Amino acid sequence: MKRLAAVAAVAIGLTVGLAACGGGQKDDGKSNGDSGKSSVTLTVWVDETRINALKPIVGEYEKSAGVTIKLEQKNFDDIRADFNTQVSAGAGPDIAVGANDWLGELIANNLIAPVDLSTVADQLDERAVAAYTSAGQTYGVPYALENIALVRNNAVLSETKATTFDELIAEAKATGTEGSVLLQIGEEGDGYTSYPLQSSFGAPVFKQDADGEWTPELGMTGDPGHAYAQYLGKLGAEGVFSKSVTYDIVKADFQAGKAPYAIVGPWLVADWKAAGMDVTVLPVPSAGGQPAQPFLGVPGFFLSAQSKQQAAAQRFMINFLTAKDTQLALFDVGGRLPANTEAAADPKVVEDPIVGGFLEAGKSAVLQPAIPAMNQVWKPWGKAEADIIGGADPVATWDKAMADIQQAITAAG
Amino acid sequence: MSNETGIDRAAAKRRRQATEAHAQSWGAGFFVKLTLMALIDALGVYGVWTAFKVGSTVIGTVLVVLLIVVNYVYFAKRALPAKYIVPGMVFLLIFQIYVMINTAYVAFTNYGDRHMGTKQDAIEAIVRNSQVLDPDAPVRPVALLLEGDEYHLAYVDEDGQAQVGGQDEPFAADPEATVEGDQVTAVPGYTTVQEAEFEGLGGTRPTKPVTDLLVPLSSDPNAGSMKVMATDFTRGQTYRPGVEYNEAEDALIDRTSKDGQEIVYKANNTTGQFEANGQRYPGGGGWKVMVGFDNFVKLFTDPEIATTFAKVFIWTVVFAFLSVATTFFAGLLLALVFNSDRIRGLKFYRVIMILPYAFPGFMSALLWKNLLNKDYGVINNVILGWIPGFEGVDWLTGSALTAQVSVILVNLWLGYPYMFLVCTGALQSIPGDIMESAKVDGAGPVKRFSKITLPLLFVSVAPLLISSFAFNFNNFNLIYMLTGGGPIPPGDSVNDPGGTDIMISMVYKLAGVGQNPDYGLATALSIIIFIVVGLIAVFSFRKTRSLEDVM
Repeated sequence: MKRLAAVAAVAIGLTVGLAACGGGQKDDGKSNGDSGKSSVTLTVWVDETRINALKPIVGEYEKSAGVTIKLEQKNFDDIRADFNTQVSAGAGPDIAVGANDWLGELIANNLIAPVDLSTVADQLDERAVAAYTSAGQTYGVPYALENIALVRNNAVLSETKATTFDELIAEAKATGTEGSVLLQIGEEGDGYTSYPLQSSFGAPVFKQDADGEWTPELGMTGDPGHAYAQYLGKLGAEGVFSKSVTYDIVKADFQAGKAPYAIVGPWLVADWKAAGMDVTVLPVPSAGGQPAQPFLGVPGFFLSAQSKQQAAAQRFMINFLTAKDTQLALFDVGGRLPANTEAAADPKVVEDPIVGGFLEAGKSAVLQPAIPAMNQVWKPWGKAEADIIGGADPVATWDKAMADIQQAITAAG
Repeated sequence: MSNETGIDRAAAKRRRQATEAHAQSWGAGFFVKLTLMALIDALGVYGVWTAFKVGSTVIGTVLVVLLIVVNYVYFAKRALPAKYIVPGMVFLLIFQIYVMINTAYVAFTNYGDRHMGTKQDAIEAIVRNSQVLDPDAPVRPVALLLEGDEYHLAYVDEDGQAQVGGQDEPFAADPEATVEGDQVTAVPGYTTVQEAEFEGLGGTRPTKPVTDLLVPLSSDPNAGSMKVMATDFTRGQTYRPGVEYNEAEDALIDRTSKDGQEIVYKANNTTGQFEANGQRYPGGGGWKVMVGFDNFVKLFTDPEIATTFAKVFIWTVVFAFLSVATTFFAGLLLALVFNSDRIRGLKFYRVIMILPYAFPGFMSALLWKNLLNKDYGVINNVILGWIPGFEGVDWLTGSALTAQVSVILVNLWLGYPYMFLVCTGALQSIPGDIMESAKVDGAGPVKRFSKITLPLLFVSVAPLLISSFAFNFNNFNLIYMLTGGGPIPPGDSVNDPGGTDIMISMVYKLAGVGQNPDYGLATALSIIIFIVVGLIAVFSFRKTRSLEDVM
């Protein structure tokens, strides 16, 4: 018994001693905090390209602000879902990179906190701020503006005379290449990329109210929507568009010179430029008679509602992420027009003909709806387009999709 | 004599060994163990302390229990078998049992779109998000004051009078405060707090109480309130009236409407949302609540979901069965062929045969997806392209049938090497003398195969076939990578099942993102899958026992 007691005493002694060591380190951390060293760590989720822009410059901010910024690399496609599940469980990052069309869903699920943009609003593009505003409240910081445009491979075709989409197809076919105008569709369709064509038929996703705010009332039902659906069906039957064309195929075929035109966003053009291609960026010609309006997408950073460091996080977002140098660094990796107007006026941005082309194509762009109802639209909408291009009856398929969307919006409230 | 002492000594040694368990002898091993246990205990105590500090009582309690058990096991004399079992059990508990309990729990909640977090989180987010900055109101220099552990704000109004207020305490004039210019520097009864005292700004005070602090401008709730700027604790901004949570009423009072009308949204604790006149609060979501068997009832009674469920279930069984059958017979055939010693370069062929098994399954599935592409795929363009008039088959997206055939064929390609390996092993273990004697007794090759080889083979292979069936029943990788569950017939909604959706890919769709994730329903479905697979396994293992009886 004595021996057992001795063993227990030694065990308890060691345990307490080691635990005390652990505690001691904890205390050291606190006293470091007193002496001015950082005790605040902000976790930021960034994707694989943007992390390269932020990594080299974030150290300076860490030093000046006295906080630790932990950049965590995430696959961009995973960020939204992981942010949803982790933040709702009280975990997740303090800040995550995202896009303005997530706004509605994130607010509806109580996942993001407001960011006070009042001090920097005058340094940011008005439309970018509007994209991060919902019911008067601003959430997150925008960092760039992007839109879909028409890109021409100058090695295949050196001049564009077409003013309508039909003429464009004819012009492209005259070059004798395998394809004419590449548009990514895939099995699930892509309403975002094809939106310039749809909007030229006067069929916006939602109706806008007098203030230009999106309402949850579908605007692409009825005749304009049918006209667009039939046009897609026609191009599908003619083989101009195909469900087999995915993002990867657009990227590879355009680069291989298999088509003179592609309807794409700036991210692909950055890749093509890096591959040494000579390309020109143009507005998408109208297919249905009205101006072709691409969506204006605004990538930015969101602040988690579960962040325990709202003040430090907001300071980082306002003082660092919206700053000119940060946005120029992000411009270097993504080729998107910076939301910071000073950065957008920088010679390296202004003199870039690609950015100029996208800017010209984006003049008529409309803000992507950030209302929660938009979330119900993407999948059925894209699928209807893909099905129609694949040969399904245009009007019936379109109407069925619209009815489904309407039902989903009503169900979600 | 000497013999006797020898026996005595041996007996004494045995006695000593019996009383001094190996665990307690003071050898080097004991101290190694003691140090290791101390380390584990230190980690454990630290974990318990942290768990209780952040309010995770369940985790803390479980840790305490685990610590006590582990200490008992390794210091007690009698728990020898437990010493070997405990580490495994602990990890089983953490990585299996916990996951299962959590899944079961989620299945009984409405966890999903708009019911993500806790009620507390929902209230906090709704109240915070409803505070909209009044752009016309002035930004004022403010002082942060501390009374006890409650923060207060003080500012100088237009008349040069100091105003002091706190959370739920509207600003009121405090004539005793010291005012210097437009800044309040000291208020009796309060401690003035500088920005540099906060964490991340040079100090250690948490910032959350300050960023959450909302001081009403006056006793009229429609006057709005003041908050310090998150980016500058020395300035305060005016916010329009927003949403307030009334604890006594358990309701939200929404004052954001433009016509100044108050709307009261009562908390509905059975649906997990704030409601007024049947409408839920539009500016934010609800919270997660227990809904009992609702999710399971929905799976079987909601006509839309029930038909979906039935359709997917049938295809899942067909898919799993055909996958096992095709791969097994292909593997068996090859194994029989390559079991002959007469083939030259046998080893080389065997290696080639096993290659598909060496690639990661999801990568092969992706490759096949491209090979089967209608316009760009090698299958249509090269392998079948020479046929005159051949226009290409839309394998994966054309129709449910072609997609199903493709899935089975690709799975055959992926799965036969495994069956080939298994069958080769089993064939080689069949004793040669049985075959010899069968030959002598005059049995032909067909008879030898059907009466001797196959039954013997099944004894060792049947359990593997069952596990293969269970694996394919949940073969998410293949379906997700190859077809994504599609094709969904034109005209059907995206949430409808596609031609190749198996149950687990349906679970993924339900829990998927973008289109109203419903984790509760998805986990309920996954529990059904678990039950089905479990039943099949139990049933089949009973059957295999009867196979052995034949022998």
